[in-house]
Amino acid sequence: MSDKPAPYWNSYKAGVGLGLVLLASFLLVGRGLGASGAATRIATYAVHKADAAVHGGTEAEATTAAMKNAYMAQYVKGPEDALDDFLVYLLLGLLVGGFVSGVLDRRFSFEITRGPNTTNRRRLLLAVVGGVVAAFGARLARGCTSGQALTGGATLALGSWAFMLAVFAGGYGIAYFLRKEWI
Amino acid sequence: MNAIAPVAKIMEWGPSTEVLLAVLIGFGFGFFLEKGGFGNSRVLAGQWYGYNFAVLRVMFTAIATAMLGLFGLHYAGLVNLELVHVNETFLWPQIVGGLIFGFGFAIGQFCPGTAFVGAVTGKIDAMAYVGGFFAGAILFAVGFPLVARFYESSSMGRVLLSDWLHVPAGVVVFAVVLVAVGAFVLTHVLDKKLGNA
Repeated sequence: MSDKPAPYWNSYKAGVGLGLVLLASFLLVGRGLGASGAATRIATYAVHKADAAVHGGTEAEATTAAMKNAYMAQYVKGPEDALDDFLVYLLLGLLVGGFVSGVLDRRFSFEITRGPNTTNRRRLLLAVVGGVVAAFGARLARGCTSGQALTGGATLALGSWAFMLAVFAGGYGIAYFLRKEWI
Repeated sequence: MNAIAPVAKIMEWGPSTEVLLAVLIGFGFGFFLEKGGFGNSRVLAGQWYGYNFAVLRVMFTAIATAMLGLFGLHYAGLVNLELVHVNETFLWPQIVGGLIFGFGFAIGQFCPGTAFVGAVTGKIDAMAYVGGFFAGAILFAVGFPLVARFYESSSMGRVLLSDWLHVPAGVVVFAVVLVAVGAFVLTHVLDKKLGNA
């Protein structure tokens, strides 16, 4: 066995695998996949708990910034824990699944993946900015590539298809200006 | 024949079964994303610059596979489609949100799911993106009062493309498969033209 990373799978093979996982989710649980929802829950939970800790424990939990915020309150107001949610457990599985696949194919390595003609610093800066911008878009659209494009696309949801086309339009629209980062 | 799926809506399942299923489904999700190369921003960036069309191929293959399974079993009477969650349409927030998300995608060269996969396979730029995403989610919440009205606008409820076009769902399923196959052919033509490996 060599130490070289294995090549990625053929795209159609990986796509069928991903599609069957999505189908299993529809058939078993009655809903599809998602990634940004769990991230939003975790961020909200962190704000909620950190605020409560700073301002004095459990009694303070009723008046945290998260409770007072019109958007975050929906996650922390109910009796259930904000993290006790299908999407959060799904994300937990995703992290393990991605890790296992990467390790099995010897692709786990600490590195910065970037274009050939840019610097690590620029790449990291743009990754952070991209994350911030994408979070804004995903929250406004109520989902990301997983929850809207993939899941909504397969159920033929009108708004999800509108979202998907808009993502490609936005991506191609801005990519030209960032071409020096990648080619 | 009576519908037997979605199983969770027809049988009474305990919360622990759902947690276990969520973790298992998530495992498959992360596993195949990583296999497809989506933990690596260079692969994702290829979509915008025409040197690697894995994003389009994996995504449309996955959509077509799940869609054919779901609607096929629906027509066979095995799935009650009414019990499957379909994202509600808020047309303009989804279009504008999609555009902004597309900007973020091409700036950061990840989307949330792929960034998580990149992060657990050691990619530091993916970790940076995840950090930015958490910050962005909080920023959105802080600024929410400013966009709250727009966020709730053009609410259309549960609308399928087939409802919107007034055609049977099977027609749209067939059309999506045709478009997907057409797009695949186009990417292979482009690969040849652009001299991609």
